[in-house]
Amino acid sequence: MLGGVLGYLLPKQKTPPAAPAPAQNENNYNQALMFFNQEQYRITEAAVERIFPADDNGPGAKELGAAFFIDHQLAGDWGFNARDYMQPPFYVGEKTQGYQGRLRRREIFYIGLREIQNYSQKKYQKDFPSLAPEEQDAVLTAFQNDDVKLTTISASGFFNLLRSSTLEGVYSDPLYGGNKNMQGWTMRQYPGNQMAYTNIIEKNFTVIPPKSLKDHL
Amino acid sequence: MAKKLPKTDVVIIGVGWAGGIIASELTKKGLSVVGLERGKERVTEDYYMAHDELRYALRYDLMQDLSKETITFRSTEKIRALPMRQYGSFLLGEGLGGAGVHWNGQTFRFLPYDFKIRSMTEERYGKDKIPPEMTIQDWGITYDQLEPYFDKFEKTTGISGEENPLAGKRSNPYPTPPMLHTPSMKMFADAAKNLKLNPYTVPSANLSESYTNPDGISRAACQYCGYCERFGCEYGAKADPVVTVIPVAKKTGKFEIRTHSYVRRILHKGGKATGVMYTDLTTGEEIEQPADIVVSTGYVFNNTRLMLLSKIGKPYDSSSGTGVIGKNYAYQVIKGNAAGFFEDKFNLFAGAGSLGMGLDDFNGDNFDHSDLKFIHGGNIAHTITGQRPIQNNPVPEESPRWGKEFKANSLKYANSVLSVGSQGSSMPFRHHYLDLDPTYKDAFGDPLIRITFDFEEQDRQLARYLSDRCAEIVQEMGGQNIMKLKELGPYEITTYQSTHNTGGVIMGENPGNSAVNNYLQMWDMENLFVVGASAFPHNSGYNPTGTVGALAYRTAEGILEYSKKGGLLV
Repeated sequence: MLGGVLGYLLPKQKTPPAAPAPAQNENNYNQALMFFNQEQYRITEAAVERIFPADDNGPGAKELGAAFFIDHQLAGDWGFNARDYMQPPFYVGEKTQGYQGRLRRREIFYIGLREIQNYSQKKYQKDFPSLAPEEQDAVLTAFQNDDVKLTTISASGFFNLLRSSTLEGVYSDPLYGGNKNMQGWTMRQYPGNQMAYTNIIEKNFTVIPPKSLKDHL
Repeated sequence: MAKKLPKTDVVIIGVGWAGGIIASELTKKGLSVVGLERGKERVTEDYYMAHDELRYALRYDLMQDLSKETITFRSTEKIRALPMRQYGSFLLGEGLGGAGVHWNGQTFRFLPYDFKIRSMTEERYGKDKIPPEMTIQDWGITYDQLEPYFDKFEKTTGISGEENPLAGKRSNPYPTPPMLHTPSMKMFADAAKNLKLNPYTVPSANLSESYTNPDGISRAACQYCGYCERFGCEYGAKADPVVTVIPVAKKTGKFEIRTHSYVRRILHKGGKATGVMYTDLTTGEEIEQPADIVVSTGYVFNNTRLMLLSKIGKPYDSSSGTGVIGKNYAYQVIKGNAAGFFEDKFNLFAGAGSLGMGLDDFNGDNFDHSDLKFIHGGNIAHTITGQRPIQNNPVPEESPRWGKEFKANSLKYANSVLSVGSQGSSMPFRHHYLDLDPTYKDAFGDPLIRITFDFEEQDRQLARYLSDRCAEIVQEMGGQNIMKLKELGPYEITTYQSTHNTGGVIMGENPGNSAVNNYLQMWDMENLFVVGASAFPHNSGYNPTGTVGALAYRTAEGILEYSKKGGLLV
């Protein structure tokens, strides 16, 4: 039943590596900054870890590289809203009409991270990364609930952006700099990208070691 | 001064399903056809790296670039329409194959009821059943008249399916057997039967087995990889114009495709189309392509916008209810769903765009509406389309949406939440329509299309009713902690719902209530055909592509006849 096309496309079966722990001193050249300065990076790293923390299930967003992922995304098309309609005039709209601001994602992050720092200083007289985890949660909750009054951006809008980009950093293909060693996928028993599931589609739950796009090149 | 090219028999605007079907049918009969596609060329090899949720599902790699052109939206005439600056409620296709590249492949036929909706509703329930503002109408064609064309589209695409006891009569069985059944699809079927309902396997363009169609095109079977909607198929298993109709047209030597060619006006003189004016996006040059026959196949928004920009037909005026272009914009009521938590885990990472079990006991007029405050209904289905991890993190309603507890719950339930959804039909209303926005422009300075639309009491009642039915099925399947729709709320443009927008250049029995006849030929301009879901006077409780495909085949037949005889075909 499987045609010639399939035979051609299917990579040769090989035993998938059991997610080997990289050597301690192995360099990951992807882990440097394209957009954030070091302070912005540290705030982002602390915030994503509270959104998706390390626990008994496995690593949190920090170890998975979500902050590097966000940095890299903001440096490109997405950060510039390159494929969004950004023409004036800008009016305040109804909630049903969606985002109507003139600021682009990289500007929203720039302002949002600074405001997280300001709020932490005002409330706890400390930088956000130095706060206790419960205090960090309280800061993020204040943004989520718009308890922080900002004139430039929507506090909850920024929080939602931070949350969604954290999940993207945890679960996107490792090629983007997050989901380190596919550990995000492993935690939820997601097999990443396989070429075919014909052999298990009719069966009960099956754990399949994940593959990334690199396996298909 | 635009560069003027030599005349062709037919020029087609947009090369997706409708454009591809018409090109293949006309070129087979010897007509010369030019296809103008504003996006880029596409081939199956483009999708070997397609299993990338971020790139395709979150960053919309295959979709129209909104920075150049979008739509504007307002819920009522009383407020200012604002641009859809980012994707949300629906996705716009672009490039060779159009949205036919990234569809799921669920291929239904609208019900016999749909085509005679006003007369059949009045006959069964009386005239008062239809609110005065609801502008439903008979389509000017019956299911039986359209049946041979449904059959043709299903054979071209190789639809995999089985008999649906509550659908219109079929002249032939589906070309290929139904898709494989997952354990949860069996649970849905058992639950539905226990509830005395009529489940069947969702008809699928994903191909249950390798198939050669009547045009001699062979395709491989679906591998259930879990990446269909928003993605291209790296196997060519999913029916897509690029792997079905376009190669047939190309082989004749009569079909010339020009990509990066953005049609901006249909040209006309003395009540007849003379060709089109387009911009070559690679050079910026304006080019005139004269043609004997013009076919616009831009689905809904582009078809309507081109008519308005080109000043063809009478624009709809909601205050008087006169005019037709832009009339009867409708959508899909998709939020009437339910989901439940299960003890077992399932292979929810696997799947296919049209893998699922459905039922039509609550669709069309298959159930008694005498005591209900709505008409029509929707298809109910449990589909297994691949639960990709960024977009699918179901947690119990009371669970937080971030932090320790969220993480634990989202991992725990990643493979054990099953949902049953509905595709509610969408009725047109006098004050829902498309026109040109007075403020916002595209990259060329032409006005954007403006949507005026909101959910009505009809939709709220229908969504809640369908959600309750879905919840009963989930419960019968053994689901716990069932989540269902509480209230539909207003229509908003930020959450993805469905790309099944319809209307704007609608079909009907006469020029008084419609823009095109049942060959999708413009009443006001006999050598212009406008093909797409733009022709639907309302939207049914199904995916639209099967019906668009059937109408495209009928249009092709009409164009061939017109090319010989001329004149209005109806």
